[in-house]
Amino acid sequence: MARAAVPGRLGDRLRWRIAEVAGRRVESATAVTLTLEIPDWPGHLAGQHVDVRLTAEDGYSTQRSYSIASASNGRSLDLTVQRTSGGEVSPYLVDELVPGDQLELRGPVGGWFVWRQQQTEPVLLVAGGSGLVPLMCMIRTREAAGSRTPFRLLYAVRSPSDLLYGSELRQGAPGLDTTYLYSREALKDSARPPGRITPEDLARGGWPPDFEPTCYVCGPTAFVEKTAAYLVLLGHAPERVRTERFG
Amino acid sequence: MTSVEPGGSEVNDTDAGYVDGNALAGPLSEVFAVDVTTATSRCANCGCTGPLARLRVYKHAPGLVARCQQCGSVMLRATRTRDAVWLDMSGAVSLAIPVGET
Repeated sequence: MARAAVPGRLGDRLRWRIAEVAGRRVESATAVTLTLEIPDWPGHLAGQHVDVRLTAEDGYSTQRSYSIASASNGRSLDLTVQRTSGGEVSPYLVDELVPGDQLELRGPVGGWFVWRQQQTEPVLLVAGGSGLVPLMCMIRTREAAGSRTPFRLLYAVRSPSDLLYGSELRQGAPGLDTTYLYSREALKDSARPPGRITPEDLARGGWPPDFEPTCYVCGPTAFVEKTAAYLVLLGHAPERVRTERFG
Repeated sequence: MTSVEPGGSEVNDTDAGYVDGNALAGPLSEVFAVDVTTATSRCANCGCTGPLARLRVYKHAPGLVARCQQCGSVMLRATRTRDAVWLDMSGAVSLAIPVGET
């Protein structure tokens, strides 16, 4: 942990960089993935985020943070953005940006909610809705590194049509177990009735606390709150439960 | 993660009113050369220690307000003005920042 948490950042403060939209992919009815190209991108760790700044012609400026979805490749990065109704920034990013457009970006930042391939303990990932994004970055980083570290993903999502990265997750990867927890509407042949995440879900789809997994939980604040409390209740050490709350 | 900026208007993305200390990473990267969210802070009120990343950050104040995850006391406040970053750390006794071995 002590060593440079962020590659390329020790001894250097972050500056805003210009990123160019190089690709746009629809993920669901409300989410798109933007591929951004940034000259001299230092690379990133799985789970880190970037700040995006938009400035209007009249000088009004606002910024938001987005988790990185893609494994580090040294050239570009993917951000998956979910449209927030009534939002100020996300509808613009989801609906209006096209390849060739430019954005101001600062990052990568955050050294706590990250998974490093040197970690050998089992990993439990618990995603609520678009909280999957930084966890997907961990899954992709594991895959890109050829790591055999066992991963389990519990993905809580409203309905099958809200799934992000559906085909990629269905395809799976050796050593990655994925369980879907639908809250409103499940598949017809699903054994689990639709409903919110429960301690039983975590016990069944997660790891026994004896295995000392690191648990990463990302999602809306209320979801994260509840899930982290359940994990501790089930016997996981609080310091092994890392959280990232948003909405 | 969606919005972590002070004064962000997407209020529906923080249903419980706060996010994690991870949200401090970007704003504090403007002044610190290393990631301070992994730094260990000690609460001036209850004495508990933990990484900044675990604090509860309220961002709908003017600026960012980080509270102790145990006792809720304000440990750190950060505000960006046009030409300065103001950092009030009167609620934290100490901050141990990992920098690697010498």
